[in-house]
Amino acid sequence: MKFPVPHDVRAQVIPGTEGWERMYPYQYQFVTDDAERNAYEKEAFWFYDGLHYPEPLYPFDTIWDEAWYLALSQYNNRIFMVPPVRGVDHRMINGYVYISPVPVKDGDEIGSRVPHFMERAGHYYKNWDDLEAKWKHKMEATIRELEKLELPRLPDMEELNVVIDALGESKGFHLLKAYDDLINLGIKCWQYHFEFLNLGYAAYVFFLDFVQKLFPSIPPQRVTQMISGIDVIMYQPDEELKKLARRAIELGVDQLVTSSKEWTDVEKALKADAKGTEWLVSLSLAKEPWFNVSTGTGWFHHDRSWNDEMNVPLVGIQTYIEKLREGASIDRPTDKVIAERDRITAEYRDLIQDEADRKQFDELLGCAKTVFPYVENHLFYVEHWFHSVFWNKMREVAAILKEHGVLADVEDVWLLRRDEIKQALWDVVTAWATGVKPRGTATWPKEIEWRKGVMEKFQQWSPPPAIGTAPEVIQEPFTIVLWGVTNKSLADWAAVQEVGDPETITELKGFGGSPGIVEGKARVCRTVSEVGQLEEGEILVAPTTSPSWAPAFAKIGACVTDVGGVMSHAAIVCREYGMPAVVGTGHATKVIRSGMMLRVDGSTGAVSIQR
Amino acid sequence: MTAAAEAIQVRPKPTSDAALVWFEECDKHDVERVGGKCSSLGELIHMGVRVPPGFAITTAGCTRFLQDAGILDEIDRLLQGIDAQDIERLEQVSSLVRGMIESRPMAIELQDEIAEAYRKLSVRCCVPAAPVAVRSSATAEDLPGASFAGQQDTYLWIRGADGVLEHVRRCISSLYTARAIAYRIRMGFEHTQVAISVGVQKMANAYTAGVMFTLHPGNGDRSVIVIDSNFGFGESVVSGEVTPDHFVVNKVTLDIMERTISQKEVCCTVDLKTQRCVTLPVPAERQNVQSLIDDEISELAWMGKQIEKHYGRPMDVEWALDKDLPAGGNIFILQARPETVWSDKAATSTSGEARSAMDFILAGLLSGRRLS
Repeated sequence: MKFPVPHDVRAQVIPGTEGWERMYPYQYQFVTDDAERNAYEKEAFWFYDGLHYPEPLYPFDTIWDEAWYLALSQYNNRIFMVPPVRGVDHRMINGYVYISPVPVKDGDEIGSRVPHFMERAGHYYKNWDDLEAKWKHKMEATIRELEKLELPRLPDMEELNVVIDALGESKGFHLLKAYDDLINLGIKCWQYHFEFLNLGYAAYVFFLDFVQKLFPSIPPQRVTQMISGIDVIMYQPDEELKKLARRAIELGVDQLVTSSKEWTDVEKALKADAKGTEWLVSLSLAKEPWFNVSTGTGWFHHDRSWNDEMNVPLVGIQTYIEKLREGASIDRPTDKVIAERDRITAEYRDLIQDEADRKQFDELLGCAKTVFPYVENHLFYVEHWFHSVFWNKMREVAAILKEHGVLADVEDVWLLRRDEIKQALWDVVTAWATGVKPRGTATWPKEIEWRKGVMEKFQQWSPPPAIGTAPEVIQEPFTIVLWGVTNKSLADWAAVQEVGDPETITELKGFGGSPGIVEGKARVCRTVSEVGQLEEGEILVAPTTSPSWAPAFAKIGACVTDVGGVMSHAAIVCREYGMPAVVGTGHATKVIRSGMMLRVDGSTGAVSIQR
Repeated sequence: MTAAAEAIQVRPKPTSDAALVWFEECDKHDVERVGGKCSSLGELIHMGVRVPPGFAITTAGCTRFLQDAGILDEIDRLLQGIDAQDIERLEQVSSLVRGMIESRPMAIELQDEIAEAYRKLSVRCCVPAAPVAVRSSATAEDLPGASFAGQQDTYLWIRGADGVLEHVRRCISSLYTARAIAYRIRMGFEHTQVAISVGVQKMANAYTAGVMFTLHPGNGDRSVIVIDSNFGFGESVVSGEVTPDHFVVNKVTLDIMERTISQKEVCCTVDLKTQRCVTLPVPAERQNVQSLIDDEISELAWMGKQIEKHYGRPMDVEWALDKDLPAGGNIFILQARPETVWSDKAATSTSGEARSAMDFILAGLLSGRRLS
């Protein structure tokens, strides 16, 4: 396979963005002034991580990329000693992240890593449940610490107790420290994120590999179905909405809850009602922690939580109240899902001819089932709960910067790198202490305006799916999972990109996420706040879906997404509802418009558009 | 009581040397008596699969005809000391023997029995002179040789007792193609000991027909069912005259994983004027139309799954969809035989010896995954 040379791509700077490199960490650049590094970059294979980053990264949002760059690499290369791979290297072009697994090339070194890997990874696999319980404690403690973290305002005069208690520290110092603590908690959270994840992926990937050798035609969605958990905590936020819908009817306040699409109006009405106040108590219980669920993937600052956008869960509760009034069941068909999972597993198992193969199947299935719940559950803790709280803590930092004139708007903070924010805080704190105007009040707003323009230009740019030199084999499990998604999908996406006029496209290809064929009217929802427009039986077309979209699935006939694989939220939920899903089409929200007639085939992964 | 039920009930259990048996009187243990095809049809009927009705002229019946007509003795004489390499001589003898079989008088009792069974079959199907398919059904001992012949000796859309009788003889004579004779010489089979049976089966008035494998013929994957279909009788698919529509169905979940709609230029059907089976061009507007709709694909695959389960091994199935019957009851199985290409391969182990998950993961990591 032939791909462009990274440095050639890098050299074609988009006019008006010259100097964009300063928006990101310097080690993310492809270089030409360092012969050794340049040669390494040319020989390596880099692919665009479109699964995680469908959009160019804002400078601040790069934090999670740096965090997993470190975490994944260290676990592979320094902690578990995965024999044939080191870490995953990162680069960036025009705000888009490229990653490259780094192999161990020396056979002797691979061999010498084997016993360590067997001992270390073996310890995790053997003690998985105990260690995972420990993980949960560590993770919850980290989130509690984050929630408690205070970002002090800078007072004109410090409190008297600073003197009385001889504290010896100022709010200025506390603010600088709190910011460091905030960032460190974020990095720590991502240390935990990868503690189990790659081992989980490895167990899944090699189970998938084995089953595909036995059954070359088995769709990955069926393999995922065999190992998927049923009581996954990612379903809990949606379950809470159902409970609240039932509770509203029980208390007789369902009329009040459905009286408006605006949460503030509904809340006011409920507060004025005795039973309504009772319902609000139930709500506040449900909110902690479940309303920390993000309305997006949680990866980006613009993914707000239910707590931030109460209209989103409100629409969900209203949908369920509606269903209950119609006499429809809103319970998850858990028994049916379990029975179907077990039937499918047993039938495939029965089709295995060789006794040793059947034993191997049982062994790998057992292992995958042990580790897979983590792969699904970590998302709520890290990407949803932690991130939702984190983004808002960052907004508190931004508010302080705004107060001191360094930012024009709170949401401008995302255009700064985390180390630039630290610099700006120093500027603000020293200026506050000294009683002068921060230098940044003149420099940052101008720079931020320019960066906004750069971001817009980056959004127009299409990153090439892969650059550099493709190796023959890839051994890094995380990359395999990603590549499995991107290898095929990028080819399909590229095919769509070649069609000049999106108005002429009549078919999109993605992954069959959940089988079945449905024809119906499209409803494009770019964010979860638009799901209120959905009508019964429509086909939801979305960039991606997350647990906060769950109530929408009670209404729709099928689902089509831009991004996601067979393990994605849309695929899993559609399988439960027994409705077709085509995921990872790359372009659905750009090509399809609300009202178009679609035919969704969740087995073949094809979406036909009637023109 | 329906005519069909009556036909089953009033017949006494056939004796072991009966010349004729109905399919439903056979099962899988009757290969020696009625050959593989007909015994399998009986077996399918017993397991509740929709099979067009019909009867078999047993090996005993066929042998009796050859004996009564004095053909067996002549065969013995003609084939004495013949050389398997001498193709010219083989051809000559074959055409002599086949000429005898196709022309010498058949005992009137046997003729009557066949004609009467055919009449009853027509009554059962509520059609005057029911159209039938006449096929040879080989016994196990001579399977490879006879299956050469058998493939060629299928006569479609035969109507009337005379036609049936004529084509029964043709099927019997397929035992004596030059190729079959040479095969037996090489294998050391006695020419007079080999036997053949002939099946006479009501023909489905096929809207669409084809074949179905309960594994992937390309890679042996047992988790799928593969269906090839074209408009008309299945012969256009079996013979490879057209590129048929191609469907891959998940055997476990019965959802359709792959659909390939081909341009189907011709199909095999009946010319209503001449009442003969002919190959006709498919009208241009139908050539690219899916010849089997999704519900039918799933139902057919479900039937395939049941048949495989019953036999306990992957199967190769011929099927047809009758255009005269309503949906939900119009798919017929015309034939089912064990798949041999993949099934007979010794089960090769993917894993060698089962390993711990940890060892397996390590091995997987070390070998990596190929990029393509």
